[in-house]
Amino acid sequence: MDKIPILKMGHFLLVTIQVDMHDRLAMTLQDDLTSRVVKDRAKGVLIDISSLEIVDSFIGRMLANIAAMTRTLGAESVVVGMQPAVAITIVELGMSLHNVRTALNVDKGMALLIAQLNGLAEDDGNEPNPE
Amino acid sequence: MNPTRSETFQLQTSDDVIRMRQMVRVWMVEMKFGLVDQTKMVTAASELARNALAYGGGGSVCMEALADDGRRGLRLVFEDQGPGIADLELALTDGYTTGGGLGLGLSGSKRLVNEFAIWSAVGEGTRVTIVRWTI
Ligand SMILES: Nc1ncnc2c1ncn2[C@@H]1O[C@H](COP(=O)(O)OP(=O)(O)O)[C@@H](O)[C@H]1O
Ligand SMILES: [Mg+2]
Repeated sequence: MDKIPILKMGHFLLVTIQVDMHDRLAMTLQDDLTSRVVKDRAKGVLIDISSLEIVDSFIGRMLANIAAMTRTLGAESVVVGMQPAVAITIVELGMSLHNVRTALNVDKGMALLIAQLNGLAEDDGNEPNPE
Repeated sequence: MNPTRSETFQLQTSDDVIRMRQMVRVWMVEMKFGLVDQTKMVTAASELARNALAYGGGGSVCMEALADDGRRGLRLVFEDQGPGIADLELALTDGYTTGGGLGLGLSGSKRLVNEFAIWSAVGEGTRVTIVRWTI
């Protein structure tokens, strides 16, 4: 079975989700990402979904799961590059994804993670406000 | 209303669901639906196809292109011969799931389309019909 490549970028991991990811691949990704967060002592995870043409409740649940699991391990996840039509659609579908941070693109997502990392160092580990 | 074009696809594996999504996309592009319309319909189709697979044990989808008074429509009819749904009202409630999902497939897809109809009989199966119009 194929695997979704996970790239290391400094303290962070970058995953680019391809178009029409198969369900089994999505499940494997959750496991692979959590092991990599531990192994690489990653401080954040960027999930690039710019090539996803839809996000249905299955994929949405996967994104929320990844965010929850990596947070437990001390790494914040940011979903980047969601297409506007996808954003409109998931709201109407009823998915809030309120536990999932989002950013316009990889650069902005990276900036968010770095800001949070610095904030954490200054604030003695207090949770920064995502807004 | 007689469809101008009609095709039926089997939904037996999650690869079939992916292929079906691509077909719906292609048809909607050809029918000149806008990007947001396409995205909403493909997402609704994905939810209903997943249900046919997960709960209905597999099924089929009939795709029909409609034309009515200058507007164009795409009708999708999802059918399975699975266990059926005992309480439709409950199944259509946001967040209700028996399969550990988000419980948004039925309620959410209903919001994403212009017309939504569901028939189900316990022990016989389930049929969900959705339509999206260009205007
Ligand atoms: N085709 C079907 N056959 C039998 N039961 C179904 C079918 N589709 C949906 N259901 C039932 O309705 C519930 C809600 O479906 P849905 O809104 O798609 O949420 P989810 O798939 O996340 O559970 C399902 O958990 C299941 O019990
Ligand atoms: Mg469902």
